[in-house]
Amino acid sequence: MTKRIDSTFSRLRSENKAGFVAYFMGGDPDYDTSLEIMKGLPKAGADIIELGMPFTDPAADGPVIELAGLRSLKSKTTLKSILKMATEFRKENNETPIIVMGYANPVHHMGYAEFAAAAKQAGIDGAIIVDLPPEEDADLRAAFDDHDLALIRLATPTTDDARLPVVVKGTKGFVYYVSVAGITGKALGASEAVANAVERIRTASGLPVVVGFGIKTPEQARSVAQDADAAVVGSAIVDAIAKTLDENGQATSTTISAPLALVRSLSAAAHEPRI
Amino acid sequence: MSNYPDENGRFGAFGGRFVAETLMPPILELEAAYSEARNDPNFQEEFDEFAAHYVGRPSPLYFAERLTEHAGGAKIYLKRDELNHTGAHKINNCLGQLLLAKRMGKTRIIAETGAGQHGVATATMAARLGMDCIVFMGETDIVRQKPNVFRMKLLGAEVRPVTSGTATLKDAMNEALRDWVTNVENTFYCIGTVAGPHPYPEMVREFQAVIGREAKAQLKEREGRLPDAVVACIGGGSNAMGLFHDFVPEKSVRLIGVEAAGRGVDTGLHAASLTGGAPGILHGNRTYLLQDEDGQICDAHSISAGLDYPGIGPEHAYLHDIGRAEYVSATDDEALEAFQLCARLEGILPALEPSHAIPRTLELAKELGPDGLIIMNMCGRGDKDVFTIADALGVEI
Repeated sequence: MTKRIDSTFSRLRSENKAGFVAYFMGGDPDYDTSLEIMKGLPKAGADIIELGMPFTDPAADGPVIELAGLRSLKSKTTLKSILKMATEFRKENNETPIIVMGYANPVHHMGYAEFAAAAKQAGIDGAIIVDLPPEEDADLRAAFDDHDLALIRLATPTTDDARLPVVVKGTKGFVYYVSVAGITGKALGASEAVANAVERIRTASGLPVVVGFGIKTPEQARSVAQDADAAVVGSAIVDAIAKTLDENGQATSTTISAPLALVRSLSAAAHEPRI
Repeated sequence: MSNYPDENGRFGAFGGRFVAETLMPPILELEAAYSEARNDPNFQEEFDEFAAHYVGRPSPLYFAERLTEHAGGAKIYLKRDELNHTGAHKINNCLGQLLLAKRMGKTRIIAETGAGQHGVATATMAARLGMDCIVFMGETDIVRQKPNVFRMKLLGAEVRPVTSGTATLKDAMNEALRDWVTNVENTFYCIGTVAGPHPYPEMVREFQAVIGREAKAQLKEREGRLPDAVVACIGGGSNAMGLFHDFVPEKSVRLIGVEAAGRGVDTGLHAASLTGGAPGILHGNRTYLLQDEDGQICDAHSISAGLDYPGIGPEHAYLHDIGRAEYVSATDDEALEAFQLCARLEGILPALEPSHAIPRTLELAKELGPDGLIIMNMCGRGDKDVFTIADALGVEI
C-alpha cells in the first residue's frame, strides 16, 4: 500500500527533516530473533523498514549481506516465512512502511501475482527487486499495481540523463539512489555528487529520493540527510548483528539490542534539523 | 529462427537483461558497440586473421573410424576444436570479445572460469592484446584444475579465488558481476558461455558459430550432404550453440545436447538444468535453473568442472521448449568410461566435458544405422583432467 509510504514522507516533510530507512536481513540469524529486531526498529527511529529476502546468489551485494542471507537460509527462511514476519509485525504496528528487498528468482518462482497478493495481505507496502531493471519488471509491476503496492526502482551513478526517465517512469512511493557504482557495503559517494543526483532524480520523478550504500556512521547519515528525503543503512546494521553471533552463527544476549542501539544513533543523526 | 533474440534479448520467454541498474548502462553500451563491430568488415577481418594464424582455424573434421566401428552404425565425425590454441573452443569467443574490448577502449578484462579453459583462453588473448586480466575461480575448482590455474598465472593473469557459496562456477560469476559493477568505467567482462544478460548469449553464439559453419562445409566436402545429427555436451552451452547455430534452419538435422547427469538426475547430484530444472532468473537471464521449491539455487554436481553450473544458456531453453533441439544427459561414470574408450580407440584424450557427449553419440550411431552421419563436437582436450581422472580411477600419479 503506497498510503503508508506517502504519509510517512509527508509527515517528515512537515517536520522538515529527513527520514531513516533501516535494512536488515529477514531470518538472520533466525526467525524469532529477526522478528524481535524488526519490532524494535520503529522505536529505535526507523521511519521505513527494508526487510531483506535471502537469496543464494546475491550478485549485487557485498560479503556482509551475502553472509547474512546464507545464515538466514541456513535457519530455513523461505519467502513464506518472510511474509509471515511482516504479518506478525503488522499486528502491533500499522504505520511504518515495510519494503521487502531481494532478488527476482524466489519471487518469480512463487509467481508474481501470488506474491503480490500475499505481500498485500501481509501488510507489505512495496518491494525492491535488485535484478529487475525497468526493462524486465513490467509483469511484476502489473501485479503490484493490482494491489496498490509500490515497486521501487534503483537509480545509480551510472544512470545518466538519457536513462533517468526510463528508470523513474511508472515507479511509486520513492526512488532509491545507490550512491556508488558498486556492491552493498562499500564507501559512500562524495556528498556534492550525491546532492546533485538527489535533486536530478527528485525533479525527474516527482517522488522522494532515499540514499543508500555506504552509510556507516552518524556523521555520514547526518550529511546524507541534508539533501536526501531519507538515509538508508543496511550493511552496518547487518554487521552489528553479525558481530554479536557466537561461533556457530547463533544469536546471543546482545543480538537484538546491538543493532537497535546502532539504529538509534544513526536515526538520531539523520533526524537532526537540516542546516 | 536466426532472427532470435529480439531487440530485448529474448529467445521466446528466455533471455533478457536481469541485472542491477548499475549494470544496465554498461550492457547497453556493450550492445551498441557489438552491433557496430559486427557490421564492420574490418572487425571481421581482424577476427579471421587471428582465427587463422593464432587460433589455428579451421579445426579439422575428423572421421573417427574406430569409434564408428565400435558403435556399429552411423559414421561419427569429430569436430576437432580441442586442437585450437589453448586446447578448447573457448578461445573463439575470447578472441571476439577481447577484440571488441580493445575497440571499446577497455583496458581491464575480467572473466569467470569453471574448468579453467575459459580463464586460460581469456588470459591468453589478454596477454596477446596487452591487457590486464583478472580471472575469478571457485576454490573448489582451483583445487581440481591446478594445471589451468598455473597456466593462467604464467600468462600474466591474476587468479582470484572465490570462497562464497559452493566455490564453483556460479559463485565465480557472482564475484565477476560484483567486480564489474564496481569498476564499470575501464572494465570489460568477458563471459565464457552463451548465458548472462543480453547481448552475451547472442554475441558468444556468433563468435562460436564458426564451429558449425566450418563443420557444415567440411562434411559437405567429405560426404556431399548434411549430417543427420549434431551432438555436443552442455554446461552453459557455448560449444553446443556454436555447433548448432548453422544447423538450426536445417530441419532434417537433429540437434542433440548432452547435459551432465553427475551421479544420476534422480539423485539430486547433477548439473542437468533442462532435464532436472525449472525456469527462473539468475545471472542476468531467464532460463532453466536447478532450484529448490523456494526458488533458491541448488548446487550443481559434475565430475567435469566445465559443466558444473546450475543454469543453461537461454537459447537452449528456447530450442528445448519449441522442440527444435533434444536434450539428454550422461553421468560421471559414463563420461569416465567414454574418456578411456576414446583414448584407446582414437588416440585422443578428450576433456571430461565432451566425454559426456560420447556415450550418447555412440547410441545414436547405432540407432541411425550405417547410412547415418553424425558430427560430435570434440570441444576440449583432456590434459587438464588427468589428475581428476586418476583420482576417480583410484590411481596415484
